[in-house]
Amino acid sequence: MAGLSISGVSKGFGSIKVLKDISLQVEDGEFLTILGPSGCGKSTLLKILAGLETQDSGSIFLGERQLDGLRPKHRDVAMVFQSYALYPHMTVAWNMALPLRMRRLNAWQRFPVLGALLPRTAAVRKEIAAEVSRVAAALGIDQLLDRKPAQLSGGQRQRVAVGRAMVREPAVFLMDEPLSNLDAKLRVQMRAEIKELHRRLGSTFIYVTHDQTEAMTLSDRVVVMADGEILQVARPQDIYADPCDLRVAEFVGSPKINIIEGRMQRDRLVDVAGLLLPLDVASAVGTRILIGVRPEALRLAEHASKVAISATVRLIEHMGSDVFVHVEMPGVSDLFVMRLPLERAFRIQLGEPLQLGLRPGQLLFFDAEGRRIRTTSAVTPIERRALA
Amino acid sequence: MMPSAAMSGHGAQTATSKPARLKTRVVDRFSEPIAAYLLALPGGALLALLFILPVIAVFVIATTNWSFGGTSLSFVGMRNFRDVFADSTFRMSFLNTIVYVLIVVPGTIGLGLLIALLIEARPSLRGFYRAIHFLPFMATLAASAVAWEMLLHPTMGLVNQAFSALGLPTANWLRDEKTVLPVLALIGIWQNLGFAMVLFLAGLKAIPADLYEAADIDGADGWFDRLRTVTLPMLGPVTMFVVVVVAIRAFEVFDTIAILTQGGPGRASEVLLYTLYRESFEYLRTGYGAAVTVVFLGIIVTLTLVQVGVMEKRVHYS
Repeated sequence: MAGLSISGVSKGFGSIKVLKDISLQVEDGEFLTILGPSGCGKSTLLKILAGLETQDSGSIFLGERQLDGLRPKHRDVAMVFQSYALYPHMTVAWNMALPLRMRRLNAWQRFPVLGALLPRTAAVRKEIAAEVSRVAAALGIDQLLDRKPAQLSGGQRQRVAVGRAMVREPAVFLMDEPLSNLDAKLRVQMRAEIKELHRRLGSTFIYVTHDQTEAMTLSDRVVVMADGEILQVARPQDIYADPCDLRVAEFVGSPKINIIEGRMQRDRLVDVAGLLLPLDVASAVGTRILIGVRPEALRLAEHASKVAISATVRLIEHMGSDVFVHVEMPGVSDLFVMRLPLERAFRIQLGEPLQLGLRPGQLLFFDAEGRRIRTTSAVTPIERRALA
Repeated sequence: MMPSAAMSGHGAQTATSKPARLKTRVVDRFSEPIAAYLLALPGGALLALLFILPVIAVFVIATTNWSFGGTSLSFVGMRNFRDVFADSTFRMSFLNTIVYVLIVVPGTIGLGLLIALLIEARPSLRGFYRAIHFLPFMATLAASAVAWEMLLHPTMGLVNQAFSALGLPTANWLRDEKTVLPVLALIGIWQNLGFAMVLFLAGLKAIPADLYEAADIDGADGWFDRLRTVTLPMLGPVTMFVVVVVAIRAFEVFDTIAILTQGGPGRASEVLLYTLYRESFEYLRTGYGAAVTVVFLGIIVTLTLVQVGVMEKRVHYS
């Protein structure tokens, strides 16, 4: 067992660059999630790791062993597909036994009827059956072994697909959106099961998804990809609180982060909807700055003040414990979403004017290209139009 | 708004006279089924006229001694059927048909699948190969039968000339009792190949790529293992359909026989449909011909039922 090391992997289909110079270290036993919108290249990367696609350049090592050019079966990796890819004509037991049969029995021993007559076949088959039933019992599908995939529910099929990967005891599990064909309730349950499986097996898991909840709840680390590039690799909480790119900030978080445009003013101050915020960068006056405001970085101000922004309530969404209040601010085209606890929000009416305060320190600044501008000092809003 | 609209609707209804209201209700109740039956009528009438009534007529004629064009007939019960099964020509014809089907069906399925796999394996010239293999199926069989006759001509034919040039034994293919049926079966394969190929190509397209990828990862990555693990099982429903349709088409073979051999030499290429035709329209023994038709219909219906039964039970996985 060892970590997986990906260096400089590129892949193009025709003129389209799907992966651009991807480098990534995956620790042994880590649960790593690759998160990104569809078409960002995450599934292609997974297929290259599995050996189903060949990269144009770059190399992949599993520990000391170079995987490039090896066929999928020699890579010590197993994959769980989005569609489960179970063989519909085989029973659950056969589906799970296939990887072992292909490895431990030769072509003659696998031959129907006649193969059973060859020496050792019976012993190996027995051994395989024992391992399959052990894994099936661990996954709670031992009573389904004689069924065919069509007779199983979505969750059961998913378990069989995981079981087929597990019997081989691979060093790395590759999972390609394994939960996206399940209904919402089952997805939450299977999510917990996959997490538990990882804890129990201790193998390396690489999990591809476009669902940020899965990425945030399952992973040790999250890789955010867009347009064939890695934007950020970090722990889930850092991906949310400390994104290094506007696209990461926008992709992670629900409801979506509010983006407001500001302009640099004199004395390292940025003008945002009439408020002046100090920003410790040496940008020219008039430079476009994008400020990301998480829905919980807004708070209600008690009364109008020089550091408050006035806004009008346009939409109220009750989510149970939280309330999402969409407000319109003068001079800002998009509605802003703020997340308020229920007890703070139940008196708010549509069309009501509000005074909003920004939580200093929770604002994220990005330059015009979407790169994060890191500020060292805590940001406190300076008085409205103080210098205007 | 809503309640007041409903109120006014109610008012309008009470205003109409009682008989008128009753009439509307009756029409409402029956107009929909009537419309449905009216719409089904043309199709139903055609089905009855062209299929159901002729089949009934065949069954009725099979129990009479009617001869084509005759003015009188009498009921003879099952005598025609006894005659049919006692007749050595019919038995010969039945046996020949079975042999023909047993060559054509496996040959067509095997070659059709092979060609479909080869075409699917490489993207280049796919359309061209598809077209040339499908052409024989589209061509008028009468015309291509003439072409085959020329090819198989004992002295001038390309086949014999090529065979003798290569030092292979030649034969008078269509006039030799030993070769005539296999040669006709080969023509049958040539003719049905494109049909099987197109269906197999469609079937291959429908196999999800995921399954091949899963097979790769599971270690079933040689061509034989891929074929056995994914391709053949996934083609099960298509194969069943092709087998039955090609079998029915093989049972129905007539044009090549009528044009090339007329059932000869002797009765070596006599097949069911040709016997039926000869008895009914050359010897004008229509009652006897109808009995052969009933046997023929029995075979076709059995095949179709087998297809439906097996399809439902075994080869559909979902």
